[in-house]
Amino acid sequence: MKFDSLKPITALLLSGLILTGCESMDTQDENADVDVPEQGAADAGEAGSDSGAETYGAPDEPEVGAAELAAQNAKEAAMKEQAALREMRTFYFDFDQSSIKVEARASLAAHAEFLATNPASKILLEGHCDERGTKEYNIALGERRAKSISKFLVVNGVSRSQIEVISYGEERPANAAHNESAWTQNRRVYIEYK
Amino acid sequence: MKLKFIFLSLFLFVQSVQAELYIEIREGSDSALPIAIVPFANKSGSAVPYDVSRIIANDLQRSGDFDALSTSKMLSLPEQYDQIHFRDWRLLGQKYVLIGQLKYSAYTKKYEISYELIDVLTQQRVLGEVLSSGSKGLRKLAHKISDAVYEEITGVRGVFSTKIAYITLKQLTKNKQEYRLFVSDADGQNAHMIFKSHEPMLSPSWSNDGQHLAYVSFHTGRPAIYIQHVKSSHQRKVTSFKGLNSAPMWSPDDASLVMTLSKDGNAEIYTYDLATNALNRLTNHYGIDTEASWSPNGKEVVFTSDRSGRPQVYRMNIKDKVPERLTFVGKYNARPRFSKDGESLYYVHQSNGGFHIAAIDMKTSEQQVLTSTSLDESPSLSPNGRMIMYSTLRGNSSVLAVVSVDGGAKYFLPSDSGDVREPAWSPFLN
Repeated sequence: MKFDSLKPITALLLSGLILTGCESMDTQDENADVDVPEQGAADAGEAGSDSGAETYGAPDEPEVGAAELAAQNAKEAAMKEQAALREMRTFYFDFDQSSIKVEARASLAAHAEFLATNPASKILLEGHCDERGTKEYNIALGERRAKSISKFLVVNGVSRSQIEVISYGEERPANAAHNESAWTQNRRVYIEYK
Repeated sequence: MKLKFIFLSLFLFVQSVQAELYIEIREGSDSALPIAIVPFANKSGSAVPYDVSRIIANDLQRSGDFDALSTSKMLSLPEQYDQIHFRDWRLLGQKYVLIGQLKYSAYTKKYEISYELIDVLTQQRVLGEVLSSGSKGLRKLAHKISDAVYEEITGVRGVFSTKIAYITLKQLTKNKQEYRLFVSDADGQNAHMIFKSHEPMLSPSWSNDGQHLAYVSFHTGRPAIYIQHVKSSHQRKVTSFKGLNSAPMWSPDDASLVMTLSKDGNAEIYTYDLATNALNRLTNHYGIDTEASWSPNGKEVVFTSDRSGRPQVYRMNIKDKVPERLTFVGKYNARPRFSKDGESLYYVHQSNGGFHIAAIDMKTSEQQVLTSTSLDESPSLSPNGRMIMYSTLRGNSSVLAVVSVDGGAKYFLPSDSGDVREPAWSPFLN
């Protein structure tokens, strides 16, 4: 039942891939973390509106006007930029703080946009702390950091059901050294796509 | 303060067991009482598996309340009362002399140990006993004698027969760790692993009957609170709510745990009735509330909260649930534990950038920093209320350390097997 209802979407999806051409396929290959069918489905919504299900299986390249081509190139450039922004997966915090730094916002917005347009995608937010202070307080602080990222994503359109949160406190340092530079690297939230 | 740098070799008679700790005394108390523990005469006819009098000397030295005379300084080695030359011991400045003998009965296969504690000034025998034990029980018996001597002279119950629980962390490969939960004697000997996991383990806490440990383990991939019976190793999962399940601690009557859960949004403190599984929420604030600890009378909890913006120590009556801030000196005060009399707290305090163990008198609000080591964490009080065990960073690894509650005596329990952390001192056993 559910499967059947997906058939037209699959068709749209394929047509979308054909329409956007090889270059966008390359973009997707470069970002192995990106869920390819989901990305395709997102494109299919727009591309499918003027092509329809009848383009399914059509081997010939449809003719594209110059204006359309320019729009398409701009869109691809934007997608590349978004994908590049999403490559940032680790977000850092100040000591005993859980507020998101300004420089993290663009990348988090790109993650939010991707997750919002790909509702089947799920992430795990891992909260971490440096070793200073007490272990259980740091477990709570790591959770607050992860939830602070979670809130940002939800405000930007991501569904709560797509996000899971876990805090490791100070148990899993990125850098095991006991100095300021290691601590800076250890106060972080990592986004893991599942 | 006199620095001692004494290295006590407890390994001599004991087979090395992995993750066992050893003792390194850094500082004795100025008011330590001089005592001569004369090597016990071995009348058993063969080598004894444990050096009983040496274990006693190490115990008393470690307490910080005694200064045990080095054997090399003794002018004679009396085996019984009539061999004691009191003038010699007075010249050596000794207040007490402990002497004893070991015999072995081939018939019962047991050692018989007799000892006598003598007051040098009055020349009176103040304590004397004859005890027996199999060879395996000799360490235990030595701790028992230490307890008796300690209590006779100080009037305070000794903690030499108690246990400690602690967690070790070993980095196996770059991305693989092993956490192990151990129970050992209070001197770090006789260590037994009771649980291990590649995922984090935290916050062991003893039940007041000394039979169970509560702790946090991530071994399913998610944090959950467990209770384990120490002897049978039977494990019960207590809570595994969504979010945090952390910082469990037993109530004085062992009927409930106080714990931190974030199932209702963020880190809040709850009590959990172990018979009915009923939860009672104590805190309600968007700040972090965690690391709660019961008062000795079970009517109050103290905990860490950053509701003021930074972590500070608060107190709350569990009936009226009104939080009262207790610490005001320093930006970071956390993980409080009550003193034996319930009038002071020990906690982690940040000063001059470092993290130390501090004490506060709740009546006068007077604060005293007790340690000068670095990144000090997890203070746990000995059951007689005299010593605090905690973890500290030494070199590149975490080790256990002990400080007396007046800050006078200090010793370490280093280990050769990675990080040792999260000590929990047992209650009195038996």
